[in-house]
Order: sequence, then structure tokens, then C-alpha cells
Amino acid sequence: MANTLDQLVEQVRENRIWRSIFRSGTGESNLHRALFVQQNVFLHLFSVKARKRTVGFSATWYLGAMTFGTFLILVITGILLMLYYHPSVPQAYADMKDLQFVVSSGVFLRNLHRWSAHAMVFLVFAHMFKVFYRGAYRPPREFNWVIGVVLLLVTLLLSYTGYLLPWDQLAYWAVTVGSNIASAVPVMGSKIRFLMLGGTAVNANALLRFYVLHCVILPFTATLLVAIHFWRIRKDGGIYACEPATEGKSE
Amino acid sequence: MSEDPKRTDTTESPDEMSRRNFFIKMGVGSVAIAALGTTVFGYQYLSPNVLYEPSPIVDAGKPDHYPPDSVTLDPQTAIYVVRTAEGFFALSAICTHLGCLTAYKPELGIIACPCHGSKFNKDGIKIEGPAPRPLPWLRMWLSEDGNLMVDRSNAIAIKQLVRV
Repeated sequence: MANTLDQLVEQVRENRIWRSIFRSGTGESNLHRALFVQQNVFLHLFSVKARKRTVGFSATWYLGAMTFGTFLILVITGILLMLYYHPSVPQAYADMKDLQFVVSSGVFLRNLHRWSAHAMVFLVFAHMFKVFYRGAYRPPREFNWVIGVVLLLVTLLLSYTGYLLPWDQLAYWAVTVGSNIASAVPVMGSKIRFLMLGGTAVNANALLRFYVLHCVILPFTATLLVAIHFWRIRKDGGIYACEPATEGKSE
Repeated sequence: MSEDPKRTDTTESPDEMSRRNFFIKMGVGSVAIAALGTTVFGYQYLSPNVLYEPSPIVDAGKPDHYPPDSVTLDPQTAIYVVRTAEGFFALSAICTHLGCLTAYKPELGIIACPCHGSKFNKDGIKIEGPAPRPLPWLRMWLSEDGNLMVDRSNAIAIKQLVRV
């Protein structure tokens, strides 16, 4: 049984269509494995080889990977929530309540989106602490740390813009307070608030602007920066491996 | 091209610019001008010219609707109409800290903000909390048909009462 299954898998992988998509072939050698990573548009961001101690749990606690996992959950559940949500003043709150009480699995998807968002903010901070205390931000990885800080800001902005969308009292006053904090910027503060809200008060324009930021601009920015962030790991010499303290080599 | 003696002359002279450099400068310059224009265009596009927001001028109704020595909040328009023995004045109900809607506490005789705990007296003067400024007095006048009118966009520096 297992043999025939293996043969079937082998046949599929030898198939001309399969080979036209995955060009690395069926071999088991390190070269084939390396080619598989190198020739895949997503995997080629990563290096084809990694030191064993950098892929173990203790090196990273997989915090960055888990952050990316929550991001993927947020993108998928977010797209599904968009199918029932209208970003307009008369409908936004009712749509949110419909998702909770009327739409099949709506409350599950909404809660998954919400808790993943909380988890992502927590994991971003945890990831940054881990990187900081291991000293993995030091050259040659200093620019990747900067990208990470920008990604932290994008994550917080995603949380903040998403907070308004239920259009309940909590959302309304949180964004009122938040936009007034933005207006405390010297000289151009009130202009920033005006552009942010598309008006002088939290209203229909603000809801639409936050919706577009939350669903289009910020996710695209995050995706682009995450791609660069991953690619820079390879370019900066792979995941940082602590020098073992016992060896005491001087470099 | 490389055998052209004029070309070697121009590259050696520090005052003259090579053809290639000239076009690079032209290209970079025009892109910079276009970027500047795009910034201005973008800023203008993002600033709405017409706002479909409620009018800042509020009709607060007849003066005798307000009992003597009272503070009345209208949550829709976020103003207090205060009636004292001497007359009327209007106070903004929006906290000067971060813009929350305050509420009047009749049992304590103070105005309190639920967000960060600022407290004001009936004249809008801060008693405690993070608010940086007193609640502004708003321009108030009597319309021709005897209604109290308030302009929310117009804070007055000199406190004046409307006497009816």
C-alpha cells in the first residue's frame, strides 16, 4: 500500500505538468533540496541552508514565525469579514452585530480576527524583546531591526484602525481620543487630525478612511515589509546564532 | 565617439557638463518636480473641500425651557446651556484634554469627564484632572424669534451673559 502510494507520488512528481511548475525535480540530494527552496518564489526569500542551532526552538522561540502565522490568520479572516461588513455609518454597527448573531460562523471568524490581532501585537513585542536581549539587532542586522520597528508601528496602526470599524461607543471614543492625541503634534497637529478623519469630527469620512487604511493600505505595506524582513534574514547571514560561551574564541 | 577630441575636452573641463550628466540632471530634476507636484496634489485631494457635518450654529430653543440655576447638556450638539440668576451662557461640553463628552453631575454641582477624570465647575474652570484649559465659553445670542442661539465654532474670550 505504502509502496503504491510512493509510486503514485513519484509519478505525479515526474509528470510533465508538475515538472513545468516545480523544476527542481525528484531527487533526494542536498542539491535538489537547495534548488527546491531557491526556485520557489516564496521560499527563495529564505536561505537554502541554516545552522542546526538556529532552527531549534531555543534560538528564536519561533516568535517571528508565530507573528507571521497570526498575520496570515488575520488576512484570511479579515477578507471573510469584509464580505459582510459595509463601512458606512448606518450599517457598520448592525453588520458587526449580524456577524455575531446572524451569519453562520460569523462570531467565530470575528473572534478569531480579534484574538489574533491581540496575539499579533503581543508576539511582535515578544519577538522584539527576544531579538533585543540576544543582541541579534547588531550589525550586520541593524537595518532589519529598523524594518522590524516600522513593522511594529504598522501592526499598531492596523490595530488602531481596526478598532474603529465596529462603530460602537468604545470605538468612537477611542478614535476621538486617538485623533486628539495626533492633533497634539506641534504646528501641523490639527492638519494631521483633519487629514486622518477627513473632517473635524469622527464621522462617515473617518470610518471610510480607517476602513481603507485597515483593509488595503496597511496590509499591503505590512506584506511588502514582511517580505523584505524575511529576505534580509538571508542577506544578513541567516538567523543569528549566539556564539557558544564555552568556546571563548576571539574574533 | 571615443576618438572625438571635443568629447575628451569637455570631460576634462570642470565648468562644462557632459551630455550624459546634463540629461541625468534634467531627468532627476523633472522627477523631483513631479514628486513635489504629486505631494501637493495628494494633500489637496485628501483634504475634503465640503464637509457634510452638522452646522456649528445650534438653536437651543426658548430661554424659559431652562429652569433657573440649571446646567443642561445636549449630548447631540455637545453644549451646556447654563442659566444663572443673572442670565444665560453656553459652555462647550467637549473636554479640552482629549475630546471626550463631559457630563454634569447635579448632586456635586460639577462637570466631569468620564475618560480621564477631569473635573470642571459650572463656569468651565478646571478643578482637577489632566485637562489643559477650561471648557470654552461659546458665543450665544438671542434670535429674532426669541430663541437662544449658540455658535460652537466661536469660543469667546470675554465671558458675557445673555440676559433675557
